[in-house]
Amino acid sequence: MALSIVHRATGIALYVGTLLLVWWLVAAASGPAAYANVQAFTGSIIGRLIVFGYTWALMHHMLSGIRHFVWDLGYGFKANEREALTWGAAIGGIALTVLIWIIAYAIGGGR
Amino acid sequence: MSVSDTPKRSMRTPLGRVRNLGAAHSGTSDFWRQRITAVAMTLLMIPVIVIIMMLLGRNQAGAAQILGSLPIAVILLLFIFASAWHMKIGMQVVIEDYVHNEKLKLVSIMLNNFFSIAVALASTYAILKLSSGV
Repeated sequence: MALSIVHRATGIALYVGTLLLVWWLVAAASGPAAYANVQAFTGSIIGRLIVFGYTWALMHHMLSGIRHFVWDLGYGFKANEREALTWGAAIGGIALTVLIWIIAYAIGGGR
Repeated sequence: MSVSDTPKRSMRTPLGRVRNLGAAHSGTSDFWRQRITAVAMTLLMIPVIVIIMMLLGRNQAGAAQILGSLPIAVILLLFIFASAWHMKIGMQVVIEDYVHNEKLKLVSIMLNNFFSIAVALASTYAILKLSSGV
């Protein structure tokens, strides 16, 4: 599994993606017009895809990071344990992303 | 016993070895901070997701009201502080791994610092502005 490079790639994506977070917070502090621009973007198809990708990158990076933390503590180095941790992070990242988006749509975020 | 059988011995003292503190010249402090900030963000992840969910579908007035409340502002400030520090260290590791030209490396690390600090300060300013209601 080449998940180590995915950890790095998602980290870089999250780094660039903080621009969206900054834009959103600064717009909220600026006023209704600026905030409407952010909502127009995040509500568009492209915007939704980017935020969906951002959600996945964050969830995957977090779980993959927890995997590294387990290794830092000296556990999980056996072949089957490494495989389990890696698959757990990969599948868990996708599962959490889908779960978050289902909840978001259920509470009306899809409007 | 021939010479090749004896273990290689360095003439450097342990102090001399640690004095330059490795390739990053800062020892293991970045490694440790990378982990502290990671744990902090993992603990804050559920509250942050809940806050973002609360904001979905609201207009600016509604969002400003929520973002300006004290516990929410504090949670977001902690998360932003941890994120900016974590991503600054992470990107520096990537730069040190892939950029081998010394001058380009220094410029990249400098830009990385500027970007990370700008992200942190802009977000912090926005949240403080919302909290003070001006």
